Amino acid sequence: MRASFVFSEVMTGLRRNVTMTVAMILTTMVSLFLLGVGLLVVRMIDNTQTLYEDRVQVNVFLTNDISANDQSCAQDPCRSLRSDLEKNPAVETVSYQNRDQAYKRFKEIFAAQPELTKLARPEALPASFSVKLKDPDRSAVIIQTYSGRVGVDSVTDQSKYLESLFNAFNGVRDLTFVIALIQATAALLLISNTVQVSAFTRRTEVGIMRLVGATRWYTQLPFLLEAVVAGVLGAILGIGLLVLVKLWFFDRLLGGLFNSGVLSSIQGIDILMVSPWLLLTSVAISAVTGYATLRLYVRT
Amino acid sequence: MIRLEHVSKVYKTSTRPALEDVSVEMDKGEFVFLIGASGSGKSTFLRLLLREEVPTKGRVYVANFDVVRMSRRRVPRLRQSIGCVFQDFRLLHNKTVAENVAFALEVIGKPRNTIRKVVPEVLELVGLEGKSARMPHELSGGEQQRVAIARAFVNRPLMLLADEPTGNLDPDTSQDIMLLLERINRTGTTVLMATHDHSIVDSMRRRVVELSLGQVVRDDSRGVYGVGR
Repeated sequence: MRASFVFSEVMTGLRRNVTMTVAMILTTMVSLFLLGVGLLVVRMIDNTQTLYEDRVQVNVFLTNDISANDQSCAQDPCRSLRSDLEKNPAVETVSYQNRDQAYKRFKEIFAAQPELTKLARPEALPASFSVKLKDPDRSAVIIQTYSGRVGVDSVTDQSKYLESLFNAFNGVRDLTFVIALIQATAALLLISNTVQVSAFTRRTEVGIMRLVGATRWYTQLPFLLEAVVAGVLGAILGIGLLVLVKLWFFDRLLGGLFNSGVLSSIQGIDILMVSPWLLLTSVAISAVTGYATLRLYVRT
Repeated sequence: MIRLEHVSKVYKTSTRPALEDVSVEMDKGEFVFLIGASGSGKSTFLRLLLREEVPTKGRVYVANFDVVRMSRRRVPRLRQSIGCVFQDFRLLHNKTVAENVAFALEVIGKPRNTIRKVVPEVLELVGLEGKSARMPHELSGGEQQRVAIARAFVNRPLMLLADEPTGNLDPDTSQDIMLLLERINRTGTTVLMATHDHSIVDSMRRRVVELSLGQVVRDDSRGVYGVGR
């Protein structure tokens, strides 16, 4: 196999059919870009989930009476509630957060929105127990047991809020995957078509090649490589687009959420991890499509 | 070199067989004319030798190849031992004369040094020295056919198949091409030429195999075109 010969054939083929090649590269690019966004969202969800796994707690908010008067949880009913919670087999740790601490934490979380922290007064924030469970899924038991007890204002499960957040992300992920799939179908058909056109425009060459006893690899590899080269270029452009979108969209628009630790941010390393898969997918799809097209439509 | 045993070929789209019970043998180094009217089965005959087609019945042997039973993977080897020339030359118009000839070697993976050496040699053999950088459209029909012959012969095949090689050429040019084919035949290469050209067949006095409606109706060792009609 003479590599230089095959290579020059591939280049001639791509140049001869330049509009089709560009269309093929662009569709592949968009398809892989969307696939990449989907994969990045998956990573973001995963990372955010681990980020919250340690933090997800059941909050037992205490009544205004306790919040105002019992800064260290030294008196009943606060004290008995605490020991009760600590004895509960489902509970791992219990920590008490008084009104001042709650106010401090509030100011930290909303540091980015000074108008909100200015409005808030410590009196509006209740004292609470942050209850960490051994099994985060069993929060319902705690909620049932402690709702309505003396001194308890309300019991909330943080994971309920997160669930709706993750549902939104999952929706975004599914949508990008669906559009990526549609684009991939278009890319696939374009590849198939380009290979056929390419084979047709070079039927004289191929005829001569077969006649003088060139093996199937020699006659067909150029067409196959044309598809793969276009696929690789499309993948590289798609990855480039992904980097741009990270810099111009994710970092700017979601930057606040990343910085406050609400969302796990998308790092360069995430794109680096996703890229090989995009490249591999592209090469695999273009090679398989090219090969199948040659087997089905082009006489050898 | 070539042996056909009771070969029949029926195309799917036709009820009449293209070849019917054909048995012919040709030795190494022979020069054979294959004649017959259009539709007599000449092209099918040649296509069977190249395994472009597989016979419906019978056996075909070319050199050491059992053409009918050989695996698809070995077909390129068979074709590398057969050179082919056609009425319409079939040159690549975007390549020079030398590139056209070199193409046949490149696509079967010959090393570049070999190609650089043998291409000028074969161009000299066919009388095209000094025209290697020309494009096919700059050449006369006869010269184009010489390029095609050079391309068919450059890999030194055991056998040369020529399908009406003079069909597009005037009588004088045809005569030159025949001299060239004779020269190639003298190197020990078997030449099988399908033709309609009476004068060429008559003047060469070589073996003539005549096909009519898919059957061998004549096989003269030193024949002429028109005998028996």
